[in-house]
Amino acid sequence: MASIDIQNVKKAYGHVQVLHDVDLQIKDGEFVVLVGPSGCGKSTLLRMIAGLEGVTGGEMRIDGKRVNELHPKDRDIAMVFQSYALYPHMNVAGNMSYSLKLRKTAKEKIAAAVASAASKLGLDALLDRRPKALSGGQRQRVAMGRAIVRQPKAFLFDEPLSNLDARLREQMRAEIKKMHGDLKATSIYVTHDQIEAMTLADRIVAMHGGVVQQVGAPLELYDRPANLFVAGFIGSPGMNFLDAIYSNGNVTLKDGTVVALPAPLSLDDGARVTVGVRPEHVVMGGEGAGMAASVDLVEPTGFGIILHLSLHGLAFKVFTLDRAALSAGPMVHVSFPPQHLHVFDENGERCVSRQ
Amino acid sequence: MKTSLLPTIAHRLALLGYIVFALFPLFWLLKVSVTPNDLLYSEGVRMWPSRTTWEHYSFVLQHSAFPTFFKNSLIVSGSTAIIVTICASLSGYALSRFNFRAKYWIVALMLLTQMFPLVMLVAPIFKILTPLGLTNSLTGLIVVYTAFNVPFATFLMQSFFDGIPKDLEEAAMIDGATKFTAFREIILPLTLPGIAATLGFVFTAAWSELLFALMLINGNNAATFPVGLLTFVSKFSVDFGQMMAAGVLALIPAALFFLLIQRYLVQGLTAGAVKG
Repeated sequence: MASIDIQNVKKAYGHVQVLHDVDLQIKDGEFVVLVGPSGCGKSTLLRMIAGLEGVTGGEMRIDGKRVNELHPKDRDIAMVFQSYALYPHMNVAGNMSYSLKLRKTAKEKIAAAVASAASKLGLDALLDRRPKALSGGQRQRVAMGRAIVRQPKAFLFDEPLSNLDARLREQMRAEIKKMHGDLKATSIYVTHDQIEAMTLADRIVAMHGGVVQQVGAPLELYDRPANLFVAGFIGSPGMNFLDAIYSNGNVTLKDGTVVALPAPLSLDDGARVTVGVRPEHVVMGGEGAGMAASVDLVEPTGFGIILHLSLHGLAFKVFTLDRAALSAGPMVHVSFPPQHLHVFDENGERCVSRQ
Repeated sequence: MKTSLLPTIAHRLALLGYIVFALFPLFWLLKVSVTPNDLLYSEGVRMWPSRTTWEHYSFVLQHSAFPTFFKNSLIVSGSTAIIVTICASLSGYALSRFNFRAKYWIVALMLLTQMFPLVMLVAPIFKILTPLGLTNSLTGLIVVYTAFNVPFATFLMQSFFDGIPKDLEEAAMIDGATKFTAFREIILPLTLPGIAATLGFVFTAAWSELLFALMLINGNNAATFPVGLLTFVSKFSVDFGQMMAAGVLALIPAALFFLLIQRYLVQGLTAGAVKG
């Protein structure tokens, strides 16, 4: 297993720069998830670590050794592709043993490694099948098996679960986590699904527009997002945002409602800010208990209820476990507990209420 | 699902009609080749002669230069097919996978070569090959056929490579393969249908080519079978029976060749048509 150091790494295609000075240190055995919307550069970064894309600037090290110019085959890392990329003309055993054959491993060793990986993944009965005779979930397992047979320095996952249906995805997610617990392998996992990021990661790297927005433990990103992007991206349903004016330890919302913050902020009075509050932190009350909002839509998820509201003409969501919300009238009243408010500066680049 | 009978019958009849239409000339070839000379003009138009004979076949095989023509055609077509397929595999792969500066111009140039009628090029090519000593030689024919077939075959192979996901090669490289190993062990086996289609296409093109063979070859030693067929046309008569017998014999290698590759060909011609 290995550590991976990414220092000031840049990537440009012609004049278009897709990654800006990415800095990231991944510790030996760590599970890091790169998360962000499509086109944020997360897959490009992963492919650069694999050696499938060149590095335009900066330095990449695996176990302290510079790998910028190293061919993928010499990096000793394994990758699970979104499309699985199984070799169609080889059976499952052939797919799993290909890397060992290329390394001229002894036949008995190959057989043992394949058998052990197959039993780990429940593929024993399928070793003679071709990929096209497998279901999506089985193909996914074979792709994982191909990665684990040779005990590489690191595992790279490029949205490995996005082609599976919801149930299977949940199951595989748990298996990947369990496997990481067993193998303690350095893993880098790319996804746009923030639930996968939250559940799998030791640390999440949130990316947007080719720039790393925040690096931290899942709950840290959730509880203390560094900026507007991270706040909006992590969490489902997403955080609500309202424009407000800061003055004297209070924020004043558009309709004149004043909310006292738990601690004063280092902002000038009169500064424009954005206030964020998670749907599950919003308190609903009766008449006179907060701001009036009209109910647009009620979505019961079974576990809880998502209310889509209009507050000052803006879309606003509330998540509640209270089933009484199902029979909410056309108007409800909402208020925000000050300790759950996130205050962002005018352009959303910084969470000013974050300690 | 129960389909009604009438459309099915109409469909099969239409297919049957097409097959009869397409195969009738071949049938006529066979019929004339077994018709004795004395019955050819005396019986009128009949679907099958009242008496058949193998004499044309035995004459062609024993007393004409046809075995030589056959051998020449096999050498020329086989070599052309193999050389073109190897070149087209490599160039098609490059066009499919790499971005390089002159790519656009190379593709444009290759398309350009396909635009001219061959007749226009006969004279210049003759002029080029003469000082090189490549006229009246099988090597000359192979060179010319290869040159003319590589562009189209390259485009054909490129479309097959385009149908193979790039992920597979990348997976192989991460598994520890060099780019060339990945090409040889992963991509090439998956392109077998494409290779078969290209081989078949080039082989038949070279097998039936007449114009260049006629212009660049004189004398029987280096003549290919299409040129050889013309030896049955003399100033005053055409020996139809022998000509047709030779034609039937000439079909055999081509038919065998296609029989050999048809398993891949069917996959190949339909591959990439639908995703998945």
